[in-house]
Formats: sequence, C-alpha cells, structure tokens
Amino acid sequence: MTDGTKTDRKTDRTKAGRMTTRAAHLPRKGTEARVGAVPAGVRRGHPGWTPWLYLLPALVVLGGLLVYPIYQLGLISFLEYTQAQVSGGEPTSFQGLGNYSALFSDSQFWQVLLATVLFAAACVLATLAVGCALAVLLTRIRAVPRLALMLAALGAWATPAVTGSTVWVFLFDPDYGPVNRLLGLGDFSWTYGRYSAFALVLFEVVWCSFPFVMVTVYAGIKAIPSEVLEAAALDGASQWRTWRSVMAPMLRPILVVVTIQSIIWDFKVFTQIYVMTNGGGIAGQNLVLNVYAYQKAFASSQYSLGSAIGVVMLLILLAVTLVYLRLLRRQGEEL
Amino acid sequence: MSPLRVPVRIRKPGRLLAEAAALLVAAVVAFPLYWMVLSAFKPAGEIQSTEARPWTGSPSLDSFRRVFEQQDFGRYFLNSALVAGAVVVASALIAFLAATAVTRFRFRFRTTLLIMFLVAQMVPIEALTIPLFFLMRDFGQLNTLGALILPHIAFSLPFAIWMLRGFVKAVPEALEEAAALDGASRSRFLWQILFPLVFPGLVATSVFSFISTWNDFLFAKSFIISDTSQSTLPMALLVFFKPDENDWGGIMAASTVMTIPVLVFFVLVQRRLVSGLGGAVKD
Repeated sequence: MTDGTKTDRKTDRTKAGRMTTRAAHLPRKGTEARVGAVPAGVRRGHPGWTPWLYLLPALVVLGGLLVYPIYQLGLISFLEYTQAQVSGGEPTSFQGLGNYSALFSDSQFWQVLLATVLFAAACVLATLAVGCALAVLLTRIRAVPRLALMLAALGAWATPAVTGSTVWVFLFDPDYGPVNRLLGLGDFSWTYGRYSAFALVLFEVVWCSFPFVMVTVYAGIKAIPSEVLEAAALDGASQWRTWRSVMAPMLRPILVVVTIQSIIWDFKVFTQIYVMTNGGGIAGQNLVLNVYAYQKAFASSQYSLGSAIGVVMLLILLAVTLVYLRLLRRQGEEL
Repeated sequence: MSPLRVPVRIRKPGRLLAEAAALLVAAVVAFPLYWMVLSAFKPAGEIQSTEARPWTGSPSLDSFRRVFEQQDFGRYFLNSALVAGAVVVASALIAFLAATAVTRFRFRFRTTLLIMFLVAQMVPIEALTIPLFFLMRDFGQLNTLGALILPHIAFSLPFAIWMLRGFVKAVPEALEEAAALDGASRSRFLWQILFPLVFPGLVATSVFSFISTWNDFLFAKSFIISDTSQSTLPMALLVFFKPDENDWGGIMAASTVMTIPVLVFFVLVQRRLVSGLGGAVKD
C-alpha cells in the first residue's frame, strides 16, 4: 500500500486505479491490517471547515428532502388533515394522539400490519434461502453454466419493479398465461384468492431480489481461503455441513447485511402489491402497510391517518436498524 | 467471474448434476423476461389465444407501434431519461464530496454522521410521499420533473455515500501527500486526482441511483397528477391496463421498452457493480 509513494504520478494513478477495484474484493482481514497502522486515508492536522464544506450539499439536500419531510410526517399525524384542510376550507386542528387511537382501534389496521409482517418474513426467508443455495451452487460449477445463471439473475435484478409485476401477472393470467396451462390449472385466478395473490407477489419479489443475495454471498464465499474449504472436504463434510459449520459462520457479516437489507426492502414492498393486485386486492385483502397508507391518504384523502401509518412503519424500520447497528458494533466494525 | 479457486474435490456426476440444475434455474429465472419480449412481438391473435405457445411463427411490430403511436411514449421515455440522468449526475457529485469528507478527514460528529447516513437508508421513502406531496405543492413543483428529481437525489444519497466510502478509502493516502508536496491545492487534488480514481466506484454507485429513479412508480404516480406531458414511463405502462380487457401486447411491448435500457446499463457495469457491492458490504 505504501510502496508507490515516490514513483511518478502516472504509474501511481494506474496503480491506485487497480487498487480501487482490488481493495473492494479484499476480505475483511486485509482492511483491518490497513486500519491498524494509521487510520486509513485520514489527513493529519486540523481539517478545519473543509469536511463540512464538502458535506454541505449533501446535508442541505438531506435536510430539506428527508429530515424535514419526516418532521412533517410526524406533524401531520397529530393533526386533522383531510381534503377540507388541504384546500384551505377549514383550519387544521391539533388532534393529539387522536389519529393513532383511531388507527389502533381499527381492526383492519391490525390485519394489515399482521399481513405485512408475515408477508415480509416469508419474502425474506424465501429470498435468503434461494440466494444462498444458488450462491453455493455457483461455486460448484464451471464457467459457462455459471455465466448463464449470473446473466439470468442480473436480468431479473435489473428488471424494474413495475415491468416485473406486469410480466408476472401476465405469466399467471388465467386466460392467456403459460403457467396455468403448464400446471394444468385451467382458468384458476391467482389474484382472486387472498393467499394465492400473496403467493404470486411473493414469487415476483423473490425473483427480483434473490440476485442481490446470490451475488453478494457468492463474492463472500470466494473470499474464504480455499484451504478452509479443502480441509472441510477432506474431513468428509457434506455440502450442508460445510455450509452450516464453515461457510455460514465465516460469512456472518455478509449474511447480516443481506438479511437486514432484505427485511427493509420486503417490508416496504409497494409497487408489486399495487400493480399485481390492482391497489391492494379485492376488498383490500392484499393490503400491506405501504399501500394501506397510500390508499388512506391519496384515495380517501385522510392524510393524517396515512401519515400515522407512515410513522408506525418508520418506527418499525428504525427498530430493525438499531438491531442492525448493534450487530455491526458487536462485530467490531470500524465506521 | 474469475475462475474458481476452490479446488475442492467434487465427483464428476455431482458436478454435472449441479450444472444441470444451474442451467435449469437460469432458464426459469430468464423465462419471464423471455416471455415479455416474446409477447411484445406476438401478433394480437396469438396473445389472446389460450394456447400460450412459447414461440411465435409470425413476429410483428404491431404492439410496439401501438405503444409509440397511441401514447405520447417518446415523451415519457425522454422524461424518464431526463429524471434519471439528472439524479445520477447530481447524486454522484454530492455523494463524492460527502464520501471524501467522511473518509479522508477526522472531525467531530463524523461517526454520528455516518450512523445518520446508515439510518437514512432505512427510511421508507414511500411513507414520505404525503409530506413530500405538500412540500412540492408549496414550492410549485407538482406536475414538474423537479418533483421527481429532487426527492430521488435525496433518497439515493445515503446509500451512495455509504458505498463510495470504500472506493475513496482505497486511494492511498501517500498519493495525497505527494500531491500536496507537488503544490497541488486541496480542490485540485480533489477533482484532478481523487475524482478520476474514484470514478469506477461512482459508476457502480450510479447504477443504484439510476435504477431506483428509473423504476420509480410511486412518486411518478403521486406528484404528476394532471399534466401528463410530464409523466414518466411507469405511468405510460399503466394506460394499457383497462378495466374490461387488458391490452397485454401493449403492456408487454411497453415493458420491454422500459426494461431494455436498465438491462443494458446493468450488463455494462456488472463487473464494477459486483466488486463495488463487495466493498460496500465489507465495510
């Protein structure tokens, strides 16, 4: 890392360029060694205002378009805010916790909350299982099938949620879709029943989010020293055993990241539900919190109730984040 | 996609089985995209047939023609590209500056800020649709592309900063010292030395801001309410959903047009993407 100091700038630049990409591949061990000596890349002496100057644009944008809206969201959830207040016909009035008590005494809210949690859990588990299994599979095969699987996964990953949703609905269309014909289901409508509709959305969500898990875990497995896996193979460990007792513990940091990311994404699913079940399914049977909040606010103009749902979601995800931070800290990560 | 380094002894039939499984999975995963493109090219009669054949004997451009003619599709496409382009450039520049600040300087509240960036990634942006709607209304941004660009810059920043840290960190500090000795000012170092070196990382980061912006559905639906000349692609797609009979050919053709740019972008940068992700995850 330090040997390139005295060379001329040109070689230095190409070298560092290579390092940029290489460093990203390094397993964690390498980073720690670098951090140990001198805090990596930190300028000595007093930085003065320079870092704040660099941070200024980011802080302005985030303050105005993230922090302030969060504050507003909280504020609206305490007000009475419907179409009358929006158009200025009536003054806004402070409701205290009124919106929340209205929400919590609504049985539909609890039903939606339960559906959201269960649906997100199912999506996360399925995504992780598929992603990890395929990542292990990738390490056992030669280049050509691996490339095929990688490209297919990248395609699914890149597909916009809207188009992914429309395609999956079409695939499972009772009249013209190939899936029902293949499975001999006749004109069974997937979006009619509550559970089959959720299952359909789950397929799409897993399809478009397993590639992230697969690619990340695969990169992690490749960073495991080959001696370790060889030793496991020599000791006659089975595939499952190698994963459980060798790979998974070594991949823990990566697994934590992909799990948390998946929880966050799947808990916030909006587009898929909205497009595939046409705004929350028949009589709202497929509503999840996000879509529920949207319908409350923009379909029935109950902006304050919608905001209260948003606050509930924010708090749940905040709790997930705090767990994540604790896990990171326990792993001794340096920020 | 470097050659496999793990020379674990695998019995031949086992590997062949694994490869067969991988190819099968690849086919299943790719099938929806294949079906989308296929259906876009099928003539109307074949789409509305209950046969659902996985090939077509007479490909036709009718669906695409409907997409481009009936709708103001080119306009929507341009709007989408404009919004995504603006977000990518702006968030890359802002994130580059911020990432430099938090990796190459030590100052008070640095760790606090980093944690804030992490927490900010978790904020469900969908929940903020309501306050943002009023904010955009108060600033007269409703029905303009600005209403889509501004929030997306804000929402792609935290992740972009987080991911860029690894790339900025990887540039050796010695380089900065050498530049200082040569009399380069801080801003000269920043833009003429650091920026080109971090550029690959910026590209990887941009993929995420591009995709999240290009794919955005909620804001496009909520903030562009009456002026359809400002609509983006997802809205154009929904037009083909009709209460009585969906125009599947049109939907699939529009979906294809919307998916292809992302696909191309993704394949072009996938190598950097994977290595960049490794960096982001590792840190």
